[in-house]
Amino acid sequence: MSARLTWATAGRVLSQVRHDPRTIAILILLPCLLLWLISWMFEGTPVLDQFGPLLLGLFPLVVMFIVTSVATLRERTSGTLERLMASPIGKGDVIAGYAVAFGLLAVVQAVVLTSFTVGVLGMNTRGSLGVIMLVAVLDAILGSTLGLAASALARTEFQAVQMMPVVLFPQLITCGLLIPRAAMPTVLEAISRVLPLTYGIDALQRLEVGATFTDVRDDVLVIVGFIALAVVVGATTLRRRTP
Amino acid sequence: MGHHAADVAIRIEGLRVVRGGRRGVVVLPNLDLLVPAGQVVGLLGPSGSGKTTLMRAIVGVQTVASGTVEVLGMPAGHPELRRRVGYVTQAPSVYGDLTITENLRYFAAVAHAGPRDVDRALADVDLARIAGRRVDRLSGGERSRVSLAVALLASPDLLVLDEPTVGLDPVLRRDLWDLFGRLAARGTSLLVSSHVMDEATRCDRLVLLRDGEVIADATLADLLEETGAPDVEHAFLELVDHRARRPEEDR
Repeated sequence: MSARLTWATAGRVLSQVRHDPRTIAILILLPCLLLWLISWMFEGTPVLDQFGPLLLGLFPLVVMFIVTSVATLRERTSGTLERLMASPIGKGDVIAGYAVAFGLLAVVQAVVLTSFTVGVLGMNTRGSLGVIMLVAVLDAILGSTLGLAASALARTEFQAVQMMPVVLFPQLITCGLLIPRAAMPTVLEAISRVLPLTYGIDALQRLEVGATFTDVRDDVLVIVGFIALAVVVGATTLRRRTP
Repeated sequence: MGHHAADVAIRIEGLRVVRGGRRGVVVLPNLDLLVPAGQVVGLLGPSGSGKTTLMRAIVGVQTVASGTVEVLGMPAGHPELRRRVGYVTQAPSVYGDLTITENLRYFAAVAHAGPRDVDRALADVDLARIAGRRVDRLSGGERSRVSLAVALLASPDLLVLDEPTVGLDPVLRRDLWDLFGRLAARGTSLLVSSHVMDEATRCDRLVLLRDGEVIADATLADLLEETGAPDVEHAFLELVDHRARRPEEDR
């Protein structure tokens, strides 16, 4: 792996996104639109204040997962991945390049979304806004690195598309969003502990009731760990030879 | 390295390839081939004869069942070969949503090539005029030339080109074959596949492939003399018919 090739790949991915303004608009505006719909639907109730912070972490994660898996899927179908695998670039450079590019987009997305939800929709939280934004950004980066790992594991295009329900849905079910994890059957609670989204949601739930950075530091570290793990899984499972 | 090894670009022994995993199709049952260095070798055969699979095995992106593939004296897929072998797939593998220059700049970074190499590759495929255009707005022929330019960036020792002239007008086809000749004169080894038999006249040597088997490996002159055919198309038919008759003679 080399920083130069990782950076060159990130730059190339960002150039591709830059040539497609509509994708940027969807990426940045869609989560804002969804939160606006929710705040409108539950106007006059405390739902936005209660669930808003969770959704700040959730929507970017899902959107970034899909965008990243489709982007790498395109790299596969266009034959450029095969070309790269036959060239002197490291597998880690390709994966890390994507992670850096989509990580930067994730930062923009999460910052815009958080500012919009607080500034325009008037969400009130007791926790620090900066820390909420940090967790939202990390969740978005987690989404894109999970998307990378999942599409690297996939052998065919069909498999790659199926990875969204395979990877995300179990996490959505067990992360504590539907019912508190303490109320779950023991086995499900144990499963939720090894899934990354659990820690993102846990951090946001704590922040919403006034936690500080120190309270959620462990959650943040676990998310960062999962991001690194996803990049490693993506880089090591990408195959130079295909059947 | 011995004198002999330097004359050989590709050495293949007992190559068996099954495409599509365990329950896949046997594309190459048992293939032996020697490709000399510094020549333009044409890999001719109908669609489905195994040309692409053979090329994928040579550049090291194909999972092989058994056999050895040695390229420039190293096992195919060796990390060092990734700098020394250029591969152009049949479908142009470049980024449609980037301009020609953006594509070449990225792949130049990957191949440790510089801005001068970008200009040279652009000139070689005659695309300098429209270098600022997005690849998805180009014609099919222009797109495949961008893909070829990418492979030329690193000035590879071996170029493996899968049907590089499909869909090009006769003038461009001639220009590209001239380019292949110039590259070979500079010492580059080229393996160029085609299903257009008349492109055989531009090759130093021909390998005819059918159903995953090499049915001829000779110069054009030798091939025509041996089969008594007027051109490659007929030589191919003659060889296929001859092989079809042979099992009866054996009985």
